Amino acid sequence: MIVLFMTEISIKAEELFHIGAFSVTNSLVLAVITLLTLLIVAVVLHKKIALVPGKLQSVFELLIEQLLGVMDSVFGNRHASEKYFPLIATVFLFIMISNWFGLLPIVGALGLHTVHDGHEVFVPLLRAPAADLNFTIALAIISVFAVQFFGILAIGFFKHFSKYFTLKNPIFTFVGLLEFVAEFVKIISFSFRLFGNVFAGEVLLIIIGFLVPYGVPLPFLFLEVFVGFIQAFIFAMLTMVFVAMAVNEESAH
Amino acid sequence: MNPEVIKVMSIAFIMGVGTIAPALAIGWMGSKGVDAMGRNPEAAPKIQTAMILSIAFAEAIAIYALVVSLVLKFVE
Repeated sequence: MIVLFMTEISIKAEELFHIGAFSVTNSLVLAVITLLTLLIVAVVLHKKIALVPGKLQSVFELLIEQLLGVMDSVFGNRHASEKYFPLIATVFLFIMISNWFGLLPIVGALGLHTVHDGHEVFVPLLRAPAADLNFTIALAIISVFAVQFFGILAIGFFKHFSKYFTLKNPIFTFVGLLEFVAEFVKIISFSFRLFGNVFAGEVLLIIIGFLVPYGVPLPFLFLEVFVGFIQAFIFAMLTMVFVAMAVNEESAH
Repeated sequence: MNPEVIKVMSIAFIMGVGTIAPALAIGWMGSKGVDAMGRNPEAAPKIQTAMILSIAFAEAIAIYALVVSLVLKFVE
């Protein structure tokens, strides 16, 4: 009789330890690792910056050129692109690198057997950060609030909120209220899009790895690399489009 | 019918039905985008940006269905 055992898939990120009342989950650990990696790369590049770029610097110069080019086509001028570049580029790089780190073989495989609620469970030490709903909701809240903040900074408090609360015309009043509610729905939409894609990818890889461990996971891993890039790109692009709409002087359609 | 059976069947049903409309929407948007790019190759970057954005919105609907079925399956 053959007994097959598949590792447990949990939708919640498993907690590893607490610091006081704050529980540190395995996805938080990998997110911090991503953060440290990006920081170290940034500091190294800064120290070795040269007029004739080496390989690492060329990669980042290419990234900056491409991203600024895409932002130019939405904002219209290079000055505005450079103003909002830090937020967009940070969101893009952080999500992309954290998604790609979530594909490393060690993630999800290295872990501890602990006793939880009476039965023994396997708790992985690392997990893709975007597979934790807390991470995606946090990023979504940052994006949506940054859009509001940039809107207020660019066109002033009253003009910005008059897009949502206006008494000019009963139709515009209603549409404005709907748009206001839609801002909160954007938080949910951003977070669930990223979470759904990354968590579903993880589940897919676990199941395929369980069914046929040799050879077959390869195309699925390529798919996940691609999805990781595309989801980061989409998150950044949507944030950028919303910033462009908020900074624009146009009133309700 | 006991609740367990209904739960398992609904997990599959949600995914089956919930991805019909997003799939149609994405196919339609892709075809219109490619049409537009064929007519006006100069505007291709703008069209491509708008097309990718719209496809992301449509795909998000399918992801909502996926999340509901995932929650049903993995949360007691």
